[in-house]
Amino acid sequence: MNDSLSERNATGPNHVVETSALTRRFGTFTAVDSVSFSVSAGEIFGLIGPNGAGKTTLVKMLTTMLPPSSGQGLVAGFDIAKQAAQVRRRIGYVPQLLSADRELTGYENLLLSTRLYLIPAAERAKKIEAALNMMGLTEVRGRLARDYSGGMLRRLEIAQSTMHQPAILFLDEPTVGLDPDGRNAVWDHVRALRQQIGAAIVMTTHYMDEAEEMCDRVAVMHQARFAAVGTPKELCALVGPQATLDDVFVALTGHEIKKGEQHDAGRHSVNQ
Amino acid sequence: MQGATALTSDPSRPFVYTARDYATHIMAVADAEIRKLRHDPWELGSRAIQPILWLVLFGEVMAQVRGLTSGSQRYLDFLAPGILAQSVLFVAIFYGISAIWERDLGVLHRYMVSPAPRSALVIGKALSSSIRGLSQALVIYLCAALMGVQLNFDPAHILIVVLLIVVGSGLFSTFSLIIACIVKTRERFMGIGQVLTMPIFFASNAIYPISLMPGWLKTVSALNPLTYEVDGLRAMMLEGGVSSFGIATDFSVLLACAAIVTMVATAMYPRMTQ
Repeated sequence: MNDSLSERNATGPNHVVETSALTRRFGTFTAVDSVSFSVSAGEIFGLIGPNGAGKTTLVKMLTTMLPPSSGQGLVAGFDIAKQAAQVRRRIGYVPQLLSADRELTGYENLLLSTRLYLIPAAERAKKIEAALNMMGLTEVRGRLARDYSGGMLRRLEIAQSTMHQPAILFLDEPTVGLDPDGRNAVWDHVRALRQQIGAAIVMTTHYMDEAEEMCDRVAVMHQARFAAVGTPKELCALVGPQATLDDVFVALTGHEIKKGEQHDAGRHSVNQ
Repeated sequence: MQGATALTSDPSRPFVYTARDYATHIMAVADAEIRKLRHDPWELGSRAIQPILWLVLFGEVMAQVRGLTSGSQRYLDFLAPGILAQSVLFVAIFYGISAIWERDLGVLHRYMVSPAPRSALVIGKALSSSIRGLSQALVIYLCAALMGVQLNFDPAHILIVVLLIVVGSGLFSTFSLIIACIVKTRERFMGIGQVLTMPIFFASNAIYPISLMPGWLKTVSALNPLTYEVDGLRAMMLEGGVSSFGIATDFSVLLACAAIVTMVATAMYPRMTQ
């Protein structure tokens, strides 16, 4: 099994994520149950599913924060369990929580990231300027991040996660808790960024419209497994001619998407 | 698209990690903490109050008690290094709270997905705690000098005091990080922090000599790293100060303990974000 996955990766199409029966158990509870999928270079791949379906656990394994219980995963061609350090050099991750340090300025947060990702000292200033400029944060660079709006913080975090030009960017609920303007600004910047660095994006979201609009392919996760994977169109066609991703979600998971649920994802309140 | 090209040109080539990269990672973590202190110097100021109160209130009263110190040594002279070690301990031991806070906020996740080895994160955090400890030393030296304590300002002695504080702060803050990894919540940590501080402080030679202790407590104090921290500080900080165990022993014990807690914390730290 292990060999076949490595061989497939070496010879097959340019997959930046490839898993084989990836599983994570916590005691007797199985959070991710034998998930196999792949993501191609440059693709935007969405993970949708109700709270507790296993999305965050899956992302934590792919980002090397959590070792798998069984199965295998290759990210950027390296084994997430055995070559975690190599994987980390090649991925960016924006967690669901607010990961920018609010006691540091925007500039200092970016400086920290250039050092953590070992960007040579001579290139740091230029990279930071470019990132600030791209994310529309140049004017507030010297302000403590605690004074940023939710949308500005998100953009700062995305900048922090992409200055080393990762092959894959993981976004966990990137727009939860943001107002529509903030959401749009974040997406505009993610699109522009993708144009620039060509990274694949793996994102989890509760917003079906976002998944439908942004993602090349979507996996619906339900009770630790992938209930369905495909382009938004393919998934909708499974349910009916006029179906939306909302309908797909309900059909596959039995969950109604309530207004409240969309905003309830454990994210800390942001100062607006 | 130049970035994409750069990556796909040789995506399977493993990165080599050098000793210099390791230093960069340690300094990145420590530097971030120092910048936070610069943004909020009030924190350091407020922490300086407690040791001053110990010296002025406790020190002046206990100085009236005969027989606490041997021979002609003034109690205040005896106490000053003890209070320095104590304030280093107090600042470091609640360090785990901020580690839990960083986990709750999500800041820790950023560190955990980064290429920085876990040991570099642990050592960087420990170094930043040392900076706090050193700022305490400055305040205590000033206060002690004003109170007439016979301080030794020989540069070599000062350097060893600095090293003792750096290692001691790092040791106790990393110990605190291990506790944080075990208890996981701030509420539980507050309770445990108090419980830990008392025995470490009182089962040491910080405010009274070991010779006054009952036998069983002497044994405990001999196993307590704070005892060696105080012993080293007492020898180096004071004019004519003498070490009971020898500076080399003091340093060896502190470094060995620091190495052990660093290894344990390196193994446990990643669990905080799992």
